[in-house]
Amino acid sequence: MRVALFIPCYIDQFYPQVAIATLGLLEKLGVEVTYPVNQTCCGQPMANAGFEHTTTATNELFISNFRENDFIVSPSGSCVLHVKHHLHSDANEAAASAIRGKVYELTEFLTDVLQVKDIKSRFPHVVGLHQSCHGQRGLMLSQMSEIVGPAFSKTENLLNMVDGLTLVTLDRKDECCGFGGTFCVTEEAVSVKMGVDRVQDHSSQGVEFITGTDMSCLMHLDGILRRQKSKIKVAHVAEILNATV
Amino acid sequence: MGTSQNTGDHAQRSSVFNQDEQRVNWHDKTLWFIREKRDKAAWQIPEWEMLREQASQIKENVLGNLHDYLVQFEQRVLENGVHVHWAATPEEHNAIVYDIIRKKDVRQIVKSKSMLTEECHLNEYLEAHGVDVVDTDLGERIVQLANEPPSHIVLPCIHWKKEEIGELFHQHLGTPAGNSDPQFLTAAARAHLRQRFMTSRIAITGVNFAVAETGEIVVCTNEGNADLGVQLADVHIACMGIEKIIPQRKHLGIFLRLLARSATGQPITTYSSHFKKPRAGQEMHIVLVDNGRSERLKSEDFRNALKCIRCGACMNTCPVYRRSGGHSYHYAIAGPIGSILAPGLDMKKYADLPFASTLCGSCSNVCPVKIDIHDQLYKWRQVLVKNGHVNAGKSLGMKGMATILSNPGIFKWSGALGRTLMKYLPFLINNKFNPWYKHRDMPQPPAQSFNTWYRQNKKQDGK
Amino acid sequence: MGSKEKILNNIARANANGKPLPELKKNQEGEAKYAGEFVAVLEKIGGKGVEVKDWAALSQYVLQNFSASGRILSTIPELPWFTPQLSDDPHAFENVDLAILKGHFGVAENGAVWITDKLMGDRSIPFISQYLALVINKHDVVPTLQEAYERIGYDPYDYGTFIAGPSKTADIEQSLVLGAHGPKGMIVFLMTGD
Repeated sequence: MRVALFIPCYIDQFYPQVAIATLGLLEKLGVEVTYPVNQTCCGQPMANAGFEHTTTATNELFISNFRENDFIVSPSGSCVLHVKHHLHSDANEAAASAIRGKVYELTEFLTDVLQVKDIKSRFPHVVGLHQSCHGQRGLMLSQMSEIVGPAFSKTENLLNMVDGLTLVTLDRKDECCGFGGTFCVTEEAVSVKMGVDRVQDHSSQGVEFITGTDMSCLMHLDGILRRQKSKIKVAHVAEILNATV
Repeated sequence: MGTSQNTGDHAQRSSVFNQDEQRVNWHDKTLWFIREKRDKAAWQIPEWEMLREQASQIKENVLGNLHDYLVQFEQRVLENGVHVHWAATPEEHNAIVYDIIRKKDVRQIVKSKSMLTEECHLNEYLEAHGVDVVDTDLGERIVQLANEPPSHIVLPCIHWKKEEIGELFHQHLGTPAGNSDPQFLTAAARAHLRQRFMTSRIAITGVNFAVAETGEIVVCTNEGNADLGVQLADVHIACMGIEKIIPQRKHLGIFLRLLARSATGQPITTYSSHFKKPRAGQEMHIVLVDNGRSERLKSEDFRNALKCIRCGACMNTCPVYRRSGGHSYHYAIAGPIGSILAPGLDMKKYADLPFASTLCGSCSNVCPVKIDIHDQLYKWRQVLVKNGHVNAGKSLGMKGMATILSNPGIFKWSGALGRTLMKYLPFLINNKFNPWYKHRDMPQPPAQSFNTWYRQNKKQDGK
Repeated sequence: MGSKEKILNNIARANANGKPLPELKKNQEGEAKYAGEFVAVLEKIGGKGVEVKDWAALSQYVLQNFSASGRILSTIPELPWFTPQLSDDPHAFENVDLAILKGHFGVAENGAVWITDKLMGDRSIPFISQYLALVINKHDVVPTLQEAYERIGYDPYDYGTFIAGPSKTADIEQSLVLGAHGPKGMIVFLMTGD
């Protein structure tokens, strides 16, 4: 099985360790991983800001980079959701459609395709899971607190396989962190307040790490944590699942 | 109490709201508590999601057949001996209502909660024409005394603390200064408003549901103010948006199971009153209002906003609404539903609202009629940008971004540049001109991008 | 062209493709302990549920629990407070302390009683009186509103309402206060008739 690695633009630029961990984890699980070196971005930042119509060239670039593979996997729920819903091409709709059908967020891929039951990883820390909105409500990575239905969480299941890890219960399990793309600067006051409140929830449960499937959320929370000179650190699930003894 | 939130767009107003962090915490916790009550109530009903689906389908059927249902409704209403009026605009609505009042030579009336009349600014119109209007819902009376619009469609004064209400009542109703006991204040309001009920000959109500097959309208309250007003009056005027129609009486069994639970977590409001024919000697009027609804019906992307039953659940669950307050939305209806309704009426004035969201999607999940609110917020952003309602700086920035991100060479170069600047000249980015930096540290620039790392460590052949 | 025509024409031009009406499904589970659930919910919402054997027992309860000096009014011939000729001016009921009326049936899931104008005497009575008592038969309780509307069917009432407990408001900082504009307290008498 050949998997093409789709690395979000800001992970490539600011958090390469998340991409390295994702690559390492997939290879450990026996997957042949390629990384199309000319990839840049899925176009989400522009689209969410109302500029979807400017993403034509970005889309074409994405399609040209990700044609050849069995699956496309990314350590980002929101980017994957965006591609699933918004990747289109006037010239190459068949290719776009094929891509939309085989693009997966990392924990989704591990659960639904690889059907991982056991992960050789050790992370002996108290961890809070931040439920990123697009992954949860868009990709159905876990049940949503608003819905009257059975509980499930692909991400939690995987974290529970990690040796030594203690997952806390939060007061508000799936409240948004406040990043929201350009929202984080256009509505700075509310964005920060939402982030501060999330941090407070985790901190009151005594976590050492906040984790999640989206580095954008974690980047926002980390910005607040470091401004507060907090001891709490952030770590993407890929880093935790790939943490060696 | 919102006086400092009177100017600017949502971002500016919510920035003012956030200056008082304790108050934001109080507002946020209060509304979250109501969201939790809604959850508890929903979980009492195993078939909750099935109810939502049925309600959604019923409302979609209504939108697809609205013409025929309205014709049928009018016919039944007239057969019931009730008057029907049609108003295309808020101005027409106000004139119709005033005309009914004027013909009866009445100068003071009572009104129970109606967001539709709020949308039409009815109170201002009537006051300007010499009619004294008293809003009888306690929350509405409070904001009326304070000369403010409501901040929430179901909980009009959720942004008021009891001490502030006590002070307001002391000024306007003569209650003792410093008394903020809710029991005492409510009793004072009861006495004050009872006098008014006894002497008002005309009562205006809203309409929660209008049944096409029977011509009856349903009004839901906890206080009983709608019923008390109507049953003591000579004339009942009921104002409704045309989308409040439901096809059959039995559909009320679905909607009334969803409405109060979604709104406040109660199984039902104290009173769910079905008005079909007025009592002998009483006159009843129904005013049907369009105000952009028939226009919105034409849009496949946005018509589903017309399914709304005005429960307010989306506001209670919205993390942004809770931390910005209803007045930040500067429209009669705030929160997620307000943000997809308002731009339809005036794109320029309300261009900020669809951006007052992180698109988290919680609203769509609590909506009892399954409106795709967060999808519509996204779609409105595209429409607003295409129509030029986004500021030029942002436009330029976005186009620039699109260019960089569609060109791998430029992307790598500008990324490297950014990281280098952040590492060696941090003050260029870590300053007061960078809105991110106000309350957050910037991410630490790594030595190399993943792309570079990969090429150095992993790349074998020309892949 | 009047506004009605303008509005209807605009709607017709909208071409909104609607879905067909769904078959109304219900939750099939459900035990027949409706009266018990009804009383439990009623008491949670500030009302009181009282089982009485017959009209005599009901009268006894009222005499023991309500002040003799207050004005008590009823539309029920079996009760001593029955008023055959009611004023046709609703304002005349302003001084009623307790109104005792019959209801049609109760709804277990929300503690509400369905009552229509033919049982109210005057439509103002259930709202203007300081306290309200409604009487239903103990076995006349349906599980949910869906069954309630099946039972109502096409009853040609002119005015009807579901009344769930006393009038209330939580508008002042979410503090629940009973007795906003309508009755401050509400009892449902469930006649067991045995």
